[in-house]
Amino acid sequence: MKLVFALALALPVLAGQNDSFLIRNATVHPVSGPKLDNASVLVIDGKIAEVGAKIATKAKVRAIDGKGLHIFPGLIDSGSPIGLVEIASVRESSDTGEIGEFNPQIRALIAVNPESDHIPVTRANGITSVMVVPGSTGGRGGGSGSIISGQASLIHLNGWTWEQMEIRRGGALQMTWPAISSGGGRFGGGGDPDSMPAAMAARRTPFSEAKRNQEAQVRKIQELFESARRYQQAKTASEPGFKPDLKLEAMIPVLEGKLPIMVFAAREREIREAVQWAEKEKVKIVLAGVRRPGKMTEELAKKNIPVILSSPFTPPLEEDDPYDEPYSLPGALHKAGVKFAFASFGTQFARNLPYEASQGVPFGLPYDAALRALTLSAAEIWGIADQYGSIQPGKTADLIVTDGDPLEIQTQVKMMFIKGEAVDLETKHTGLYKKYLARP
Amino acid sequence: MRVLTLLLISGALLSAQNVTVIQNGIIHTVTKGTFQGSVVIRDGKITDVGEKVMTPPGAKIVDATGKHVMPGIIDAHTHIALDSINEMSLSVTSMVDMEDVVAPEQPSIYRALAGGVTTANTMHGSANSIGGQNVVFKMRWGQNADGLIFKQAPPSLKMALGENVKRSGNPSGFQMPGVGQQNLRYPGTRMGVEDVIREAYTRARAYQQEWKDYEARKARGETALPPRRDLQIEPLVEVLEGKRRVHAHCYRADEILMLMRVFDDFGIKNVTWQHVLEGYKVAKEMAARGDGASTFSDWWAYKVEAGAAIPYKAAIMQAKGVNVSINSDDAGGAELMRRLNTEAAKIMKYGGVSEDQALAMITINPARQLGIDKFVGSIEAGKDADIVIYDKNPLSIYSKVEKVFIDGKPYFDRDNDMTERPKKEAQKKGLLDKEKDSEKRNAPQMRRPS
Repeated sequence: MKLVFALALALPVLAGQNDSFLIRNATVHPVSGPKLDNASVLVIDGKIAEVGAKIATKAKVRAIDGKGLHIFPGLIDSGSPIGLVEIASVRESSDTGEIGEFNPQIRALIAVNPESDHIPVTRANGITSVMVVPGSTGGRGGGSGSIISGQASLIHLNGWTWEQMEIRRGGALQMTWPAISSGGGRFGGGGDPDSMPAAMAARRTPFSEAKRNQEAQVRKIQELFESARRYQQAKTASEPGFKPDLKLEAMIPVLEGKLPIMVFAAREREIREAVQWAEKEKVKIVLAGVRRPGKMTEELAKKNIPVILSSPFTPPLEEDDPYDEPYSLPGALHKAGVKFAFASFGTQFARNLPYEASQGVPFGLPYDAALRALTLSAAEIWGIADQYGSIQPGKTADLIVTDGDPLEIQTQVKMMFIKGEAVDLETKHTGLYKKYLARP
Repeated sequence: MRVLTLLLISGALLSAQNVTVIQNGIIHTVTKGTFQGSVVIRDGKITDVGEKVMTPPGAKIVDATGKHVMPGIIDAHTHIALDSINEMSLSVTSMVDMEDVVAPEQPSIYRALAGGVTTANTMHGSANSIGGQNVVFKMRWGQNADGLIFKQAPPSLKMALGENVKRSGNPSGFQMPGVGQQNLRYPGTRMGVEDVIREAYTRARAYQQEWKDYEARKARGETALPPRRDLQIEPLVEVLEGKRRVHAHCYRADEILMLMRVFDDFGIKNVTWQHVLEGYKVAKEMAARGDGASTFSDWWAYKVEAGAAIPYKAAIMQAKGVNVSINSDDAGGAELMRRLNTEAAKIMKYGGVSEDQALAMITINPARQLGIDKFVGSIEAGKDADIVIYDKNPLSIYSKVEKVFIDGKPYFDRDNDMTERPKKEAQKKGLLDKEKDSEKRNAPQMRRPS
């Protein structure tokens, strides 16, 4: 106690006083290795400096007693329109889903509203960083016909401006692999045509026509990539008459393999087509929204193609599917050796990201794999594992301090640090709670 | 004496065939504490529950060692297993009855069962100021529409306020396909909503008086013509007379207060406020009327009127003396319905209610709101044997439902579900192959050119 006091007094003379501290006597869950009881984490200038039972430091930093508390790496949401959508049903408050089929040049980062009420609310459950997606995720987001929706950006859920929130502005190119959609069908996830209103049934497309439409869309993707390659060659060769084109310019990092493509593909057929296409184009892909990989599961494992799972809090894909179909998918992928992470793909329930992972645990997903999916696996998939996803010396100090397992609903997040800075865990909701609980 | 004893013994043996004992589980009675013990079920009813119970010889034993046993979950707000939900053409549709459109073959019933739900209030939608009549049913999967219905449940009526109701009166609001602006419907504002409701109950009062006058004249022996029956107004008279409960869909504190005052004026009590996302701001007024609140755990920001919804609202309302339940509002998918146990756990996280209080929010509290707490909602002798067995504490995300009993009969068993899967897969494949075959056979034959 005396020591803590002395350290506290020493505070004003420290260099990085806002982003340097020592948490002691806590249970540390590094994710990269086994948990450490009664251990400490030392953070200097926003970086993790040391982790272990005994830390011999000469640095005079603020000490925090972690008795009875647990330290985890901050959780990563691998896809959410946070900052871009405030109220899903109000188009004016939503910036997802730009008009047009191909918008590789638009960037989610620059439209993130740092003052969004969703940011503190999501943070309060332990989420420190997010892959912000520009494409529509439902509601009045628009852009339903979009194929390439733009560049998703990795951000921290803290910062005065979007520039300060940025981890990586070009995080991934968001793309939806065209599916053969005939607008429903008994086993197609849509309604029973017999019970559909006549107007809707009339809009159903025959399969052969739906297939032609899908093939036409795939051709457009191929044409875009061909144009992008010609553009890249023309640019490299400084051909006479070369004119810059922002759409094609934005494709160059994709062609160079520097920017992965996050391809939404739910079922086996789309997944197979997307994987074959990516191999042919020699581009790096991360699949998203996978629901029924079927025979492709083994291939995804073999080819090291990672998957971003959307919320399992959804009904089974088809009406005669097993009732636990969305819950057992993560366990099945894990068993097959597919690397995966989770995404909320929404703002309203973004705070439930930790439970998206734990929901799979009673249905076959090992706990450690669930935790890893929210931390180190996500960081590895997005190529930021050198800095994020685990508690290891040298990494950025994105940490949460909890009173238990952050994947269990009742657990409270007690402290959060982003780049070593303590983050406020109060939200619009805690404010209203206190105000109205105290109403006379 | 000896004969009597023999008779008693043989009687016990005979009836033991209808006896099931759930043995040695962690019993969450919800109303009478949690303990390690057993539950005795006879002829569909709970006859005994305790740390030690008499196990009649011949009783069917369900070993629940290490498992958690709780009353079947009750969802006070759903729209599952219905052929249609909203009669949109008028803003007062009290004449329509959801009982007429129950669709017992919808898989949502089975999914809800697999999530531990045994009873649901299945309601008309929220498009109208005064919607239709609701139906309460048990998830007796496999039975016909009549077999699902919870016969003892008192009748109720749906009402609604706010955005969903005024949308149909808003020229830039959501329109049903094919409905143009010429079909704009009054009301289009919250003021208009109050007016429509006051008009309806004013008419109901006058109608009630007409019948009273007629009965009085008849009683005096005068010749009198009965008033013309009005099927739209009759359910509202039942509301005025306390024979039909009201479930009122609402969001903002102002509109909740408005409707409370309308109800005060018409003497309408025992209301359950549905969704009631800003109910935490007027919890005091709600408690003073003795009303209940049935809400979501953590939904918010999906529309403007949900902008100030907070996950702490259930805990605040409970603290201020309101009987609170947590519901799903599920329609076809029955997605949230099957995890109301962890939705209840969120109220422990957001506001710190106890384990028993959290479980009460999905069992006995909704049972009270639906007027069926004499029959269901807790594990007590005399109640229906609607019971769920979880492998772990149901308030943990790591738990899952293993068995569900309704009226003492097993309606869900995870082991059976798992072993049946390959068989069902094969059945489905067989049907699809047959369909393909018949398509081939019935395909138009190519005619040879003549």
